[in-house]
This record gives sequence, C-alpha cells and structure tokens, in this order.
Amino acid sequence: MTEAVAVTENQEIEVEAEVDLSIADKVIERYKDIPGNLMPVLQGIQDDYGYVPRVVVDYVAERLNVYPSQIYGVLTFYAQFHLKPRGKYIIRVCMGTACHVLGAERIRESFYDRIKIGHGETSGDRRFTFELVACLGACGMAPLAMVNDETYGKMTVQKVEEIVKEYSALPL
Amino acid sequence: MAEAIKILICQGTGGISAGAKKVEAEFNRIIAEKGLTSTSGKHCEVVKTGCRGLCANDVLVDIVDGKGRTTYDFVQPEEVVKLVEEHIIAGEPLEKRKAKPYYNQFVDAQRRIVMSGCGQIDAESLDYYLAEDGFKAIEKCLKTMKPAEVTEEVKKAGLRGRGGGGFPTGLKWSFCAASPGHHKYIICNADEGDPGAFMDRSILEGDPYCIIEGMMIAGYAIGAQFGYVYVRAEYPLAIIRLQKAIDTCYEKGYLGKNCLGLGFEYDMRIKKGAGAFVCGEETALMASIEGERGMPRPRPPFPAVKGLWQNPSNINNVETFANVRHIINNGSDWYAAIGTDTTKGTKIFAVTGKVKHTGLVEVPAGMTIRAVLYDVCGGIINNRKFKAVQAGGPSGGCIPGEILDTPVDYDSLIKAGAMMGSGGLVVMDETTCMVDIAKFFLTFTVMESCGKCVPCRIGLKMMLDILIRITEGNGKEGDIETLLDLGATIKQASLCGLGQTAPNPVLSTIRYFRDEYEAHVNDKRCPSNACKELLLWRVVEDKCVKCGACKKACPVDAIVWEKGQTAYLDQSKCTKCKSCYDACRFMAIE
Repeated sequence: MTEAVAVTENQEIEVEAEVDLSIADKVIERYKDIPGNLMPVLQGIQDDYGYVPRVVVDYVAERLNVYPSQIYGVLTFYAQFHLKPRGKYIIRVCMGTACHVLGAERIRESFYDRIKIGHGETSGDRRFTFELVACLGACGMAPLAMVNDETYGKMTVQKVEEIVKEYSALPL
Repeated sequence: MAEAIKILICQGTGGISAGAKKVEAEFNRIIAEKGLTSTSGKHCEVVKTGCRGLCANDVLVDIVDGKGRTTYDFVQPEEVVKLVEEHIIAGEPLEKRKAKPYYNQFVDAQRRIVMSGCGQIDAESLDYYLAEDGFKAIEKCLKTMKPAEVTEEVKKAGLRGRGGGGFPTGLKWSFCAASPGHHKYIICNADEGDPGAFMDRSILEGDPYCIIEGMMIAGYAIGAQFGYVYVRAEYPLAIIRLQKAIDTCYEKGYLGKNCLGLGFEYDMRIKKGAGAFVCGEETALMASIEGERGMPRPRPPFPAVKGLWQNPSNINNVETFANVRHIINNGSDWYAAIGTDTTKGTKIFAVTGKVKHTGLVEVPAGMTIRAVLYDVCGGIINNRKFKAVQAGGPSGGCIPGEILDTPVDYDSLIKAGAMMGSGGLVVMDETTCMVDIAKFFLTFTVMESCGKCVPCRIGLKMMLDILIRITEGNGKEGDIETLLDLGATIKQASLCGLGQTAPNPVLSTIRYFRDEYEAHVNDKRCPSNACKELLLWRVVEDKCVKCGACKKACPVDAIVWEKGQTAYLDQSKCTKCKSCYDACRFMAIE
C-alpha cells in the first residue's frame, strides 16, 4: 500500500505545533490507576485529537513510564490507531465475505476512480479519508459503505457517484 | 384498565442502518399526538429490541396487542401513520403490509434458546431481563450449588466452546478451577473478527445481561472475582449497550462486593479492541488486555495455568456464556437432549451471501446445511444454482453441493474440510469463482497475520502471490501442487490458530473444485465469470428477454438497449465491473 501522499511533512509539523497537551492530561488521569492502561489512554487520545500526534506519544511515554518505542509498537500494530490527521469525511468500504461475494470490489474501484485515494489515505484538502474494513457486521445489507456514522446499504456504482457528489458539496 | 399494546422495533446494527431510529421517532411522535400514552384506553409502549435475525428485511416492527403478534417488514417512516391509525386505533391489521409467509417459516424452523431474548425484550432494560428469569440462574448457583457442582452441571450438559474450537466448556472450567492462585480471571472473547459472522454482536446488542450472568456463573464455578469482556472496536453499539448493562448491575447490586446480597464478589470491565483480527486468539487477546501488541505466544502454559498477568484465566466466547444460564435454569438433562451425540444444544449461524433471507438463525446442532439454507433461509437469490457454502470464515472451508446434507456439528464439519468456526455461512452460487474466494480469504489473513512466526508471515504471502497469478491468467503448471505443499507446511508449523487454519480456504477449494483451478491455470479461463482479467463480456441473444435491467445497472452506459430490443454490450466502453452480470436474472450475460 502506498503511503498517504497528501499530507506533507511540513503540514504535519505545522499541526503538531498546535497540540494542546492538557487534553492528553485529562485522558491519562481517567485511566491512571487501571492495569494495562496504555491502550485505553491511546484510544482516548485518538478520540479527542482525531489521531495520535507525535508530541503526545512522547508525553504519554513520560507520564506512564514506558518507552516511546513501546507505544509506537502498539500504535502500529492495531489498525485503528492513526499517526496522521484524518479527513473530515471518512469513507469506509466493507470488504467482508458477504460484501465481496456481492461485488464490494467494484465499489472500491469506483470510489478510487472518483476520489483517487486508496486504503488509509487522506485527500490533499483533508476532505476524505478512505478505508477498507473487514466487516461492518451488517451483512444483510451487503455490499456496504459508510461515511462517518451514516451507513449506505446495497451499494451500486451509481450510488458511489451520488455519495461522492453529496459530500464534495458539503463545506469543509 | 388500559389495553397494553407493545410496539417492538428492531434496533440492532442492521435495523439502525435500515432506518429504525427514524421509524421509532415517528411511532413515538404519532402515539403522543393521538394520545395513546394515557393510562386509560389504549396504552402503547415502544420497545427497542435487539436483532431478531432477519436483517435483510429491516426495519421489522411487531405490534403486540390483545389479538396476538403481527409482524410488518420493510417499514418506512412514512408508513407509520397508517400503521397506527389502522392497526392500533381501528384494530384492523394491514393485511397487505404484513410480513409474507416466509417470515413465519424463517422463525418456525429455528429453535431459539440463546437468542430467546434478542428481538423480544428491551435490550437496555434490566426489568425486561428480570421478567425473563434473569439472574435466576446465578441466584440458584449461589444459594443451592457448590462451585464444583456448577462445573459438573455444565460438563454433563455437554456444552462445547462456541468460538469455533469446540473444546468442552465444563472441562475448561475445571482446569482453571484446579489451578492454584488467589486472583483468577474470567474473560469473554467478543473479538468477533471473522468477516461474515455477527452473532456475538447481536447477542451483546440484544441481550447484554445474559453475558453478565453467564460470566458471573463461570466466576463462581472457578473462583474468579473479575471478568473482562474483550469487544472489538468495530462494534460501538454493543460496547455502549454492554457498558450500560454493567453500570445498571452495579447500581442495583447485581455486581460488586456483595452480588445479589449473597456474599459473592464479582467485578466486570469492558476492554475495547483496536482492530486486530489476531486478538481473537486467546493468548493474543490477553496480551492486548495487558496493553501490549496483540501477539500470540506458544502454549503451554495454557491460560488456565498462566493467563492474564500470569494468573489462571478462563476464556470463553460470547455465545458460550449466553448458553450457561439456560443450562443452570433448565438442568443439564434438558440441554443434553438437544442436538447430536457429540454436539449439544443449538448453534447460531450468520447466513449471508447469495441467499434469499440473510440473517441470524439459531438451529439445534445436527440439522443439515441444506435445511438451514433452503428451509430456513429460502434458497438462492435470482434462482441461480447453488455452488458452495463457506463455513467458518478465514479459518474454515467451502462445502460443495454434494455434501449439503452434512449435519451442522463440530465433527461432521471438520470431516468435510470446513469447520464450525464462529458460525458464519456465506452462500455462493454459480457466479462465484472459488479461486477468487480463496484469494479473498488469503488477502485477509495475510493482512491480519501478526508477523511473529515465519510460516504464517511468509508462507501465506507466497500462497497469495500464486493465487493472484492464477486469477490474472498467468498460472503455471505445478502451481496447484505448490499451493497444497505450502498449505500443509503452514498448517503444521504455525504458532497460533490463525496460521494453523489460514490455508484451509485454499486447501478445501482445491479439494472440491480442483477443476476450476485447472481451468484458470491451463485454459486461462474463469468458469464462473468472476476473474475480470480473464473476461470479455457479451450479451447472449437467445437468452436475453429484453428487460433492460442490465442497462439500468451499467454505470458507464456500455449497454445499448431500447424497449423491445435485445441488449448489446459496447466493448469499447465496458469497464468489466460486472454490474450487468449480477443484475441479469436470466444468465444472458456471459
């Protein structure tokens, strides 16, 4: 899989500069006394920041008394942690078995044809992030796609076009 | 005295994505408007139930009044006014909008024990659960049974782990109970990662209290005071409902230092996963709870001896825990009478793919796959020919039509080259290519392999490379043999269950559909018209009924069709997306 081309190194540093560590403080306080708290802390941080910024990793390492390398180990192991800022609209296309059998591949392709980003990538204007997921658990409605929390069942190539149009017209 | 009318609306993930929230809001609004909430006359109550199985036909609404239960399917918010006015106020059920006879067939052919509460009770309400004999089983254990007797009862019932392995649950409990140690843990594995399986999610969403009770009983039997539920992060609704249930239990004294006022101490916490399929493996799952990378470790020592934080731990699947309270309530003899000699009780299957009624079905073990697919789920869509059913997800295998009469129990399925797995059944018809399916599952396991051991990390990738080559028309002689060889090695040499079972989809498809592999390799042809590199589409003039369905489906206007005319496919425009092929009901596109 190619790395996200959209977010450049400079942009990232720019964003990092604005990180407010007091948010991370609150999350750490919440889970301070629970054994095995590294994952809940990172999940909380991601919920609040939208991703896990680099400076926060160092900060968490210091507060929880673990090595940053250990934290990166966890962050890169699990699919749901993100080290880069994400788009406003997150498009998820289900690649589960039922969806696959009913044509998920062409849904993926037609999204790619229209927004030109692949799995895990974010568009340059940070409007869209595109993700392939294993199973959203609504196999009765296959093939399935989601935009943020909105579910679109029984997808067709035509519906892809409509969805992209709809969300492209929304304000950033 | 008011006439009580209940309106049950399915609010599982399936229901909500079909618009159940809007339907519910509409019911609430109209009921309030028509004054149907008063204590005299007709009193309506809207009940948000969990999944009732038939997700494909959501939103399902049941209206239960003095005359019994009426089910409506595909309910839209606009129709709610009519339903309230005619059915509830005038007392005239809308015959036309009722679910067709298939619905009763779907329901009647099942035997619902574990899912008895799902779809019937308000998932978020403790009172509903209590009314269904909730917490009676744990009360019985605490008051009248010794821990060893509880384990014995579960052993006698013959309950086997529903996560896929099929290890006898009672035996597992007795190992952990016998391990020395003061701190023991009960862990519920709700990291249901198999694509195409969603029974655990439905139970958590539809009847969360039964998991709490099942885990409490296990805790009592083993001597554990703490329970973890590891839920995958992809199930936000399940996490919310379970957390709510746990909070309510603490509040009402069902959990905590003195559960039910009977001196039993038990605490529970949810651990949210973060998107790693391998965490469904027990040692990886425990590593993940400890806050590490979720990588498996060699066994022994088994979790029953050294598990979570080096303490004795017992891991069972959601469905296993959901069975426990029924065994205690009704006795082991009652339970052992259901099912076959080696597999007792019922099993929930998630039937999806090219079948008419997709959804969750709970049937007694031993029913044939044919009966599940045809009697319960109504057969194949678009009247196409059945080819195979994939059982057990990425660890399982494909079962062809010839052995459709295999009963669904652990041992028969393994003999057929598949496995029970968590219970996903994905149905495939003549248009599904078996090489492509094998490639699909391997792509998944290659992505999810944790990378710790070599056979799984590198072996699977080598198998996948060969499969990709074959589906692109570049297969070589000897490829099939190499696949078999690699598969056998990976099965033997891998560290954990993921690697040991990952070659199964390939091996079982080669076993039953070797001719399809050979057609790809030797003739560079895909007999099922699925591998797009090998295809050129056209309309078969003799078979075309001039309906125009293909034109509607085509996203690039490559189909030329006018009313009363045979369709024509313009190759220069075609992107080989297969939309027309899937849309045609007469196999007139090839």
